[in-house]
Amino acid sequence: MSQHTSALAIETAGLVKTFGETRAVDGVDLAVPAGTVYGVLGPNGAGKTTTVKMLATLLRPDGGEAHVFGHDVVREADEVRGRVSLTGQYASVDEDLTGTENLVLLGRLLGHGKQAARRRSEQLLAAFGLTEAAGKQVKHYSGGMRRRIDIAASILSTPDLLFLDEPTTGLDPRSRNQVWDIVRAVVAQGTTVLLTTQYLDEADQLASRIAVIDHGKVIAEGTKGELKASVGAGSVHLRLRDPEQRPEAERVLRLALDADVQLEPDPVALTARLASASSDSAAEQASRALAELARTGVTVDNFSLGQPSLDEVFLALTGHGTQTSEEVAA
Amino acid sequence: MSTATTTDSKDLAPVSAESLAALLVSGERPPRPSALSASLTFGWRAVLKIKHVPEQLFDVTAFPIMMVLMYTYLFGGALAGSPKEYIQFLLPGILVMSVVMITMYTGVSVNTDIEKGVFDRFRSLPIWRPSTMVGYLLGDALRYTIASLVMLTVGMIIGYRPDGGVGGVLAGVALLVAFSFAFSWVWTMFGLLLRSEKSVMGVSMMVLFPLTFLSNIFVDPKTMPGWLQAFVNNSPITHLSSAVRELMAGDWPADEIAWSLGWAGLFVLVFGPITMRLYNRK
Repeated sequence: MSQHTSALAIETAGLVKTFGETRAVDGVDLAVPAGTVYGVLGPNGAGKTTTVKMLATLLRPDGGEAHVFGHDVVREADEVRGRVSLTGQYASVDEDLTGTENLVLLGRLLGHGKQAARRRSEQLLAAFGLTEAAGKQVKHYSGGMRRRIDIAASILSTPDLLFLDEPTTGLDPRSRNQVWDIVRAVVAQGTTVLLTTQYLDEADQLASRIAVIDHGKVIAEGTKGELKASVGAGSVHLRLRDPEQRPEAERVLRLALDADVQLEPDPVALTARLASASSDSAAEQASRALAELARTGVTVDNFSLGQPSLDEVFLALTGHGTQTSEEVAA
Repeated sequence: MSTATTTDSKDLAPVSAESLAALLVSGERPPRPSALSASLTFGWRAVLKIKHVPEQLFDVTAFPIMMVLMYTYLFGGALAGSPKEYIQFLLPGILVMSVVMITMYTGVSVNTDIEKGVFDRFRSLPIWRPSTMVGYLLGDALRYTIASLVMLTVGMIIGYRPDGGVGGVLAGVALLVAFSFAFSWVWTMFGLLLRSEKSVMGVSMMVLFPLTFLSNIFVDPKTMPGWLQAFVNNSPITHLSSAVRELMAGDWPADEIAWSLGWAGLFVLVFGPITMRLYNRK
C-alpha cells in the first residue's frame, strides 16, 4: 500500500479493536490530510482513545488496516514511532520527576546529546511559561501545568503527526484557551494534529475536518460547515418582558423562521431551533425574527444565538444523546 | 474523565507563541539513540527516582542489616559454636539470599509503573524496545550493590574477615549483582503479567522463600535427606552462594562460577523474550 504518500497523514480502513465482547472500535475509516487539525469527536467510551492508541502503535488492531504517512502501524511500527508523538488523556510524563528531568529524559531518548537535551528542555520550559516550576516534581503541578509539560514533551523533536487525546478534559476555561493557542502554534509549523475531544466547540475552534464517532463507528465526517448543516444552524433563545406576549411571540417565530419553537419552563423564555435548510445564515435568520417581533409589538428583553451542542449533534445523528454511550475503559 | 479537575492556573505564565514557533522550526529529529544509550537513560531515570523517593532504599539497607544480625545471632551458637565463627560461613550466603530476595521489588515497580501514562509515551518512542526494562534493572543493580556494601560493612563490624581480601570480595559482589540482574527478568515478567502489586508480592514470596532457604546458605547440605540434597545441590542459589563464598575466601571456584553464569544466561534467554512479548502486547 505504498501509494499513500504525501497527501494523507493517516489512512485507516475498517479498523477494528475488540476487548472481550465489546467492539471498542468497529470498522473505522479515516482519511486525515497532512498539515491540518483533524478532530475526532465523540462521548466517553466512543472508541476515540482506542483508535489513537492503535494509530500510535500502542495497541494492535484486531482487524482492518491503518497507515501513518504510508507506513503500516503493525508491520512498520518503528517508522511510525519515528514520526509521531502522543499526548494522552492523563499526563504522559513521569510524575516523580521534575519538569526539567522529564524533558531531558525524553530528549535523550529521542537521540539528543546531553547538552542539546538540556538546552532544548530549558527553551521549551521557557516558551511554555514553566521556568519557575522546572525544578518541581510533576506530581505537584496543576492540571494546566501538566498539560503544558505533556505537550512540551511531545514536541521535543518536532513530530510530523501529533496525537492529542482530549487535551483539555478537566481544565478550566482559561487553561483550555492556552492549550488551544499551543495547538494552533504547533499546526502553524506544519505538524498534523489528530485531536480527540468531547466538546464540539473545541473541534470547532481547532479542527478543519471532523469525524463524529460513536460506539466505535464513524457516524458522520466532513468539514465543520457540513457537520453543522446536518444538525441545524443553531438556536435562538429569547426572553420577553411580558409573559403574556409569549403565545404571540411563538406564533411569529414559527411563521418567520419556519422553525420548531420550544417553550421553556421560565414563563418569559422560548427557544427557536433554526432550520439548516435555509439559505440564510443563523445570524440573518435571527435578525429577521427580531425585526418581525418588533413589528408585531413584542418586547424582547434578551436574546442569544446558540451553537448546536454536541448533544444536539448526537441527537441528530444517532437519535440518542451523548449520555447513552456505554463506558468502555480503554 | 480520568483527570482531576483543577482550577489553579491563575498564576501560570503565558505561553510564548513566538518562541514556541521558533523552537518548532529548529526542532529537527536527531539520529535515534543506540540501545546502550537508551538503556542508560532509563537507568538514569531509576536513579532519579531513588533521589526523589529515598525511602525506597529502606529495603536495601534496613532489611539486609536485619538479616545479617538475626541469622548470625539466632543460629550462630547452635550451628558453629559461636556467632563469630558462623558469620565466616554465613555472610556470603546471607548476602546472596538478601540480594536475591530484593530482586522481587523489580516486579513490584514494573507493575505499579506500567499503568501510568508515561509508559504509553515510552512505548511510542522509536527506541530499542527492551531498553525500558533494562533501565529498571540497571537501577536495581545499583540497589543490589548498595545492599551488598551495607551487609559487608555490618558483617565486618561483627567479625567477618574475608580471606580473599578486597579483590575477592569485589569479585563475589560483581558475580552476585550480575546474577541478580539476570534473575530479575523473572520479575519483570511477573510485573507485566499479574494484575496487582499484591499478587506480584505473593508470587515472589512463593518462589523466593523455598528457593533461597532450600540451599547451602545456612547449613551444609550433607545433613539433609537424599531427595532434598538432590534439589539443593542443583539449585542455582546453591551454585551462586558457593561461588560467592569461595571467591570471598580467596579461591577461584571456576565450576561454580560457570554454573552461576550459566543459570543467569538461561534466565535472560527465557524470561527476557517473554517479558518483551508481554511489554509489546500490554
